[in-house]
Amino acid sequence: MDILVCIKQVPGSSQVEVDPVTGVLKRSGVQSKMNPYDLYAIEMALQLTEQYGGCVKCVTMGPPQAKAEMVEAICMDAESGTVLSDRKFAGVDVLATAYTLSQGIKACGEFDLVICGKQTTDGDTAQVGAEVAEYLGVPNVSNVLSVMAVEPDSIVLTAALDNKTVSERVSLPCLISVDGDINTPRLPSFKVKQSIDEGKIHFLSFADFADQDESHYGLAGSATQVERIFPPEKNTQKQDIPGNATEQAKALCDLLCQLKML
Amino acid sequence: MPSLKIHQEKVTPSVAQGLVKGCPFGAISYEEGKLAISSGCKMCKICVKRGGGVVELVEDAKKEVDKSLWCGICVYADCQEGEIHRVTYELCGKARELASVTGHPVYALLIGHGIEAPAEQLLRYGVDKVYTYDHPALEHFRIEPYTAAFYDFIEKVKPSSILVGATALGRQLAPRVAARCRAGLTADCTVLEMKDNTDLVQIRPAFGGNIMAQIISPATRPQFCTVRYKVFSEPKPTTPHGEVVEMSIAPEKLSSRVEVLKVESKPKDVDISEADVIVAVGRGAQSEGMRQMAQELADLLGGVVASTRPLVEAGIFDAKQQIGLSGRTVKPKLIFCLGISGAVQFTAGMKSSDVIVAINTDANAPIFDVAHYSVVGDVAEIMPKLLSYVKEVKHHV
Repeated sequence: MDILVCIKQVPGSSQVEVDPVTGVLKRSGVQSKMNPYDLYAIEMALQLTEQYGGCVKCVTMGPPQAKAEMVEAICMDAESGTVLSDRKFAGVDVLATAYTLSQGIKACGEFDLVICGKQTTDGDTAQVGAEVAEYLGVPNVSNVLSVMAVEPDSIVLTAALDNKTVSERVSLPCLISVDGDINTPRLPSFKVKQSIDEGKIHFLSFADFADQDESHYGLAGSATQVERIFPPEKNTQKQDIPGNATEQAKALCDLLCQLKML
Repeated sequence: MPSLKIHQEKVTPSVAQGLVKGCPFGAISYEEGKLAISSGCKMCKICVKRGGGVVELVEDAKKEVDKSLWCGICVYADCQEGEIHRVTYELCGKARELASVTGHPVYALLIGHGIEAPAEQLLRYGVDKVYTYDHPALEHFRIEPYTAAFYDFIEKVKPSSILVGATALGRQLAPRVAARCRAGLTADCTVLEMKDNTDLVQIRPAFGGNIMAQIISPATRPQFCTVRYKVFSEPKPTTPHGEVVEMSIAPEKLSSRVEVLKVESKPKDVDISEADVIVAVGRGAQSEGMRQMAQELADLLGGVVASTRPLVEAGIFDAKQQIGLSGRTVKPKLIFCLGISGAVQFTAGMKSSDVIVAINTDANAPIFDVAHYSVVGDVAEIMPKLLSYVKEVKHHV
């Protein structure tokens, strides 16, 4: 079973601040890391191919520096990694991200299974996977907890759905997004990193894609526009709830109503 | 396609350095007197605003959509096993508010099998029309047939905005349908507003809640957004004035490559890091009576009970229930800290919670440094009274 894992490079910290006067993002050291949820996706892919054969490849969209995440995946034992990088991809929203990824996945070859992490830690939308599946024309299942069996043309899996757990047989090829905490991702091998084969990392750009209509990518291919960004109103006000026990209890109950907890 | 054009002739080393430093994504470089923008660019356009004409935004002819052809605000009714998720009602209330700006009707879309009762139920929440797709193939949620029915509805009814609850189901269905429509989708909106020109203003937290982003989809319809449960208020049910409209779709469009084998209710998990509400018990509230009251409050609020390290070490609570550096990190919407002094090791695991309420007899306890609401008093006296007030309110709802 050949598996492709979608990976994203995310900021190393979510502690981003906006200058309240200029509305500009304050940069606090632009360190990046692999989206932590993607580690579970890689681990699941590796375990599946160890058991059932096949290979694990990875793909990411981002700046050329996202190569670092492909190196990390290879050090975890993935076969190769592809970075989809082009200035034409800049300014993408979910729609254009998903479309670009789907074009990139098609350019990477044929796969039985595409695995995504649950969500990213910077975008937090958890919706790119389903949109990619639409553009690949394959079924998708989110919140996958485990793959119980691999059959010639299908997989049997369990997935969480709100207050239920669902067991399903899904035809291949398909796309799944895995839940967090479903396995223990292995550590990247330092030894592999010391002698990494650069040939295992590929770069693809707009020119390599089948769809050459520029209006489907980047800002032009995005449906949503950010009108403005602003710092959130912080509830840093501290409030004392005085009075006797009865008054305090009443005030707490009112607070619960105000917070829509009741 | 809008793009950034660099006027190299205007570049001076100081302007260049300012731009390199000012780019929040580190996408601008300045080497050998040439300014370059890499694919790290997110088109935030800060360089256009601050570059003194060095970077120019070149716009193409804009795509347009005839917005008058798209009318109505639609709520996707999240219905599983015949039960409507309450986020649906909250969205119906919000949809009515938004519709009052543009005079649009409010619709609900209900997909499933044997859904007459939930359809009638929806009418009580001020919906003008409930569109239903009722078919055996739609009994269980499967992505392709649900997407097909949803898309069929959009093609026939052409709603301007679509609100979807950010449930596990909605998070799969909304993006899939939005992709098919090539339309914009904004996840986890916390504020929704309507413009006179029917553009839906969607505000959501970004970068882990450190920034709020205001988003619109000015050139595509419909406009999709998802909203989490309990973000908006549930309206009171009223006398129905709307109608149920049964829709039909060609059965072959409902085929699926997914076969549902088994549906099980999820075992109640005690994962405190996922809970929206936590009632945390410390040494000042460790008696059995107090623990029972804490559990009762947690049950009433749909939350879980958690504890501190000393009580876990004493064997009173399970290690899975421990908050703090050596336990779990939690970020609930609300946390009650009962009789907890607030050692750094504890607060490190909970201080980013949305609302922190602390009850402690010691006015100098460090827990009050992180608490948003400080109650200096005896938890044993306050809790029974609080429980009876809460029950009274619940009784009236």
